[in-house]
Amino acid sequence: MYRYDAIDRAVLADRTAEFRDQVRRRLAGELTEDQFKPLRLMNGLYLQLHAYMLRVAVPYGSLSPLQMRALADIARRFDRGYGHFTTRTNIQFNWVKLADAPDILDALAAVDLHAIQTSGNCIRNVTADPYAGAAADELEDPRVWCEAIRQWSSLHPEFSFLPRKFKIAVTASPHDRTAAKVHDIGLLLRRGRDGETGFEVIVGGGMGRTPYVGPTIRAYLPSDRLFSYLEAVLRVYNRHGRRDNIYKARIKILVAALGAEAFAREVEAEWEKIGPEGDLPRAEIDRIGAAFTNPDFVADPASGDFEARRAAEPAFARFVRNNLKAHVRPGYGIVDISLKGIGETPGDISADQMDLVADLAERFGQGDIRSTHEQNLVLPHVRLEHVHEVWKALDAAGLATPNINLISDIIACPGLDYCALANARAICVAQDIARRFEAPERAEAIGEFKIKISGCINACGHHHVGHIGILGVDKKGEEFYQLTLGGSGAEDAAVGKMLGPALPIDRVTDAVEAIVDAYLRERREGERFLDTLRRTGDAPFKEAVYAEAH
Amino acid sequence: MPKLIRSAGGAFEEVEDTFVAIEDEAPDPGGDILVSASRLKGGGEALAARSHGRLGVRLEPEDEIEDLEGRLAGVALVALAFPKFRDGRPFTSARLLRTRLGFRGEIRAVGDVLRDQAGFMVRCGFDAFVPADGSTASTWAEAAGRHSHVYQRAADARAPAFVERQGE
Repeated sequence: MYRYDAIDRAVLADRTAEFRDQVRRRLAGELTEDQFKPLRLMNGLYLQLHAYMLRVAVPYGSLSPLQMRALADIARRFDRGYGHFTTRTNIQFNWVKLADAPDILDALAAVDLHAIQTSGNCIRNVTADPYAGAAADELEDPRVWCEAIRQWSSLHPEFSFLPRKFKIAVTASPHDRTAAKVHDIGLLLRRGRDGETGFEVIVGGGMGRTPYVGPTIRAYLPSDRLFSYLEAVLRVYNRHGRRDNIYKARIKILVAALGAEAFAREVEAEWEKIGPEGDLPRAEIDRIGAAFTNPDFVADPASGDFEARRAAEPAFARFVRNNLKAHVRPGYGIVDISLKGIGETPGDISADQMDLVADLAERFGQGDIRSTHEQNLVLPHVRLEHVHEVWKALDAAGLATPNINLISDIIACPGLDYCALANARAICVAQDIARRFEAPERAEAIGEFKIKISGCINACGHHHVGHIGILGVDKKGEEFYQLTLGGSGAEDAAVGKMLGPALPIDRVTDAVEAIVDAYLRERREGERFLDTLRRTGDAPFKEAVYAEAH
Repeated sequence: MPKLIRSAGGAFEEVEDTFVAIEDEAPDPGGDILVSASRLKGGGEALAARSHGRLGVRLEPEDEIEDLEGRLAGVALVALAFPKFRDGRPFTSARLLRTRLGFRGEIRAVGDVLRDQAGFMVRCGFDAFVPADGSTASTWAEAAGRHSHVYQRAADARAPAFVERQGE
């Protein structure tokens, strides 16, 4: 965890005071809703279908037990006893009152949390690999860079009124767990020939109405030049991004219109003018690195009865197979906590569950908790000998569903149950599919399978990059769902292709099952669904879904 | 008459606006005048040679700031227009005008100018403001001075956090 210093705390205190004053002026009628809207959005406060929603930033998905307990407390005091983790690794509270918002922000600031730039046309919360600092396949911990980006982008004087929102993801592992290639900027940490650290820079990926896998505009950027380069990208975008049409205002449209090479040339020309003056001094990067607490690892710890229990208890063995990942240190594991209990709302977590996760992180997890863009949580550093006890405790709280990366580990946006933009519900579709594939043996036999559901074209549920993507559309007042196949948000990023005509809500789960059955028939040894689909094309799946209908 | 607020040595004060905006085709009335970027480009020499009154130029967000390069001699004021306060291009224009073009005259925010942007504007190099929200010099000063620390370098002289920390 990064430890705030007095300056970081002062920034939050000043910002909270500023927002309290803005809310006061709104409630007093000194600001119109039109004037207040962008101000509240800069602070994560949305007006949804039924209530205000406050989105709290979880920078690069990193939370301490103290912070998690504070979130639980807020859920109890100001919401209905739960919160919702989002695909930006943030947490949102769906039932807050405007007049309470300043007090909530004070409660957040007391534990170094905030809602700065979780919405609005500004640089949003930066996301990172949830296994950062723990993953066996990582080059270097990317969180130092994420924290530096968080600070640089916070209340940026020049880039707080961009044409549209702007999202940055950072990963340091060859296996991309951040969907970096569908971000406005994806930074892939690379090792240079000289052994130094740098980044491959991807710009102009995105989802929404016009999905793009972002092109690489620089194969290798030395890390000490990162901030001048980010400034150059943002400046080109701020000046030349479209402002006449909200649907064409993201940087992906500018990159596509100019072409990646021409866009890259503009950035390089601007970067040249900025020069090293725009970079963060090495001393500050080192300071940020030193401000992170180091986990207190034991060398080669005993694994206790981990193996014996795994052999003796099939349910535990299943949890280990699906929810425990390789740690960089022997004797440790990364524990995935599924917020995709069968029949539950993806990403939702109750206040009691938050407290439990905080306790477990404190007792067994080095005080480190992560949230993932797939709306789950992670305890990144758990000794193998403690995994059984952690599993028992999670299981008792309904948090041990062994379905990470399986068919019921579904991303879904809040949809028409909450969102003012939605055309259709997403949560109930996710719940219905999860119930259909509830049997864990079957889900495991199907293997890695990513279903992502959005309730409208804005694609908050990332349907474009779902192995099966499901998009809710409104047809004359009825909810219909369009299926896409073959998307991926990982290192093999791809935008899914539409399978055929949209289906009514009561046929969606059947269609998913028909696709799964077709895959099981077609697949060859060792193939994931995506591999089979890429080999066969979508004909067998089209046939399976649409032939049965007639 | 909308107020003009100007910063001078860190303080903000309401002052009289002596500049008169003139249309591209209108005759020069003398005194302090504010012209469009295209009029400045078209009639640069005549404007620069004026003997009475000062010259100001007003830029719309889409006007490229680089077009002013070599034309700023004799220009006392650059007014940057915010047609909507959500249009963030003038922040970049102001910053480049100060840091890249080295402009030392007045940079004025006009149009849909709200006090909630005061801090950002000052940091980007604006030193005069025509607020659209009824702000006074004191409410403007309060808003502009809200944040005791900043994380980035900009066009002002404030030390960003990473410099402050070095001094610790």
